[in-house]
Amino acid sequence: MAAKPRTLPLSQRGLNFEMLMWLFTRLSALAMYGLILFAMIGALIMGARTQMNFADVMRWSFMPNVTHVQSTNVPDLAPWSTTFWKLTASALLLVACAHGIHGLVVIADDYIVSRRGRLIVRWISILFLASMSIIGVYVLWTY
Amino acid sequence: MRLTRNVGLASALRYKGQGPMLTYILHRIGGLGMAIFITVHILSSFLGGNTGVYVNTLYESWIFQIFIFFCVLFHAINGLRITIIDLWPSLLVHQREAIWLEWLVFLPLYGVAVLVIVRNGLGG
Repeated sequence: MAAKPRTLPLSQRGLNFEMLMWLFTRLSALAMYGLILFAMIGALIMGARTQMNFADVMRWSFMPNVTHVQSTNVPDLAPWSTTFWKLTASALLLVACAHGIHGLVVIADDYIVSRRGRLIVRWISILFLASMSIIGVYVLWTY
Repeated sequence: MRLTRNVGLASALRYKGQGPMLTYILHRIGGLGMAIFITVHILSSFLGGNTGVYVNTLYESWIFQIFIFFCVLFHAINGLRITIIDLWPSLLVHQREAIWLEWLVFLPLYGVAVLVIVRNGLGG
């Protein structure tokens, strides 16, 4: 293949909001992978291998909240409801909500033809998931 | 923010782009499914009471579990492919192989999970 580069050098690329959000979507995906694997490894260290099934481990990993392991054979819920796991769960929720807001905005931008409609759906998405992340953090720390 | 697009939803859905298009559309469905599910889930745990318990039984049913686990797992695995290819653009030439690899990872994981969910759902 010819040596012609397939991408523009960084100095010639536009550094605008959309580009930063594009980058954020990719990096937040990696961050969520890190947090999910972290929660999964934590669950296995706390004895998930013999105390719950595969689906329950996945449910815990995707959101390490103590109510997600209540119905399993875990003998003591205390290590699963520490501040440490609440912080992990809050981080995962906030990253996921930010990633989700941008996802909804991108879908609206792709399929809604009128400029006004796009703007309305964009603001509904932002307000919606922003309030969800606040309520979600509240639920994580109070239940 | 001046976008000039004249392709509506209906004509977008008629576009036939084979494998990559399939993953693209499933990625969107998965993302939307998760956004809706997480909203309902957070709201029902926030509200509690009869409404919360009723909504809980809805998404604890095994049919819904199969659906939402598809959304989550596919979105996660497809998202990893997109992330890797986008952050290392020289890998873009291997895009089709990456999609085959993606299905190869997804299907066994999803299959095991569905088996567990159905077995539990049928009172196993």
